Amino acid sequence: MVREVILFILVICAGTAGELCISRAMKQIGEVTNFHPATLLSVFRRSVQIKWFWLGLSLMATGFFSLLWVLSFANVSLVVPVSALSYAVGAFGGKVFLRERVTRERWMGILLVSFGVILVLVGRS
Amino acid sequence: MKALTPLQFKTYASILLMVIFGPVGNVLLRKGMKRIGPVAITSPSEAIHILLAVFSSDAVWLGIASLITFYITYTLVLSWADYTYVQPASSVAYGMSALLAHFALKEVISPVRWAGVLVICLGVFVVSRTPPNTTEQA
Repeated sequence: MVREVILFILVICAGTAGELCISRAMKQIGEVTNFHPATLLSVFRRSVQIKWFWLGLSLMATGFFSLLWVLSFANVSLVVPVSALSYAVGAFGGKVFLRERVTRERWMGILLVSFGVILVLVGRS
Repeated sequence: MKALTPLQFKTYASILLMVIFGPVGNVLLRKGMKRIGPVAITSPSEAIHILLAVFSSDAVWLGIASLITFYITYTLVLSWADYTYVQPASSVAYGMSALLAHFALKEVISPVRWAGVLVICLGVFVVSRTPPNTTEQA
């Protein structure tokens, strides 16, 4: 039971933390103004020099493989709370780590999305 | 109705690309792998045989290209838009996945799943009423 809880927390936190780090890396590069191949190449070159980019990739990989590990012995319905909670954890992380302004309206939207995701995944099984 | 700012237009267009290419990529990969059939690797030569089958599938290659487009777009949009905006907004992909599953893979979508899609759309609409960027650029 303890192992499952730890892995569950790892899946949610590592995956979300990874995305937050990627977001931080991209904010450091600055706004991409066009999708020209030369611009994309320049963005890629700059991103691989930023530590947040590599940390983000590592954390996302950790979250992904942790999820695979958990699914090897746990019920696939675990995906439901993992997906839904990731939105709430992501919102909290965005507020604290990226200093984004998460207004009450945005929180409401995020909670509606989380609830909708639960229904979609429950409706699949 | 207020005209979209350039930032809003760029953000909506990018999320639209993500919502299209993500689910399309997943569906193409599923179609490609379904044609290959169940995978049971019992020897190295079988593993090579399956890898060859996977990478000679047009659907698999198109799926990979689609997912790469999704991830590139996702990464780029995070250079200007809030993560707490993009993450929920892109969940509209669940609706796109349901539509694709129904029309391309002939899956039956339950009323609960459709209800979930509607609630997601409502949530995305609420999020879209907030500004895409609430921080100063680095």
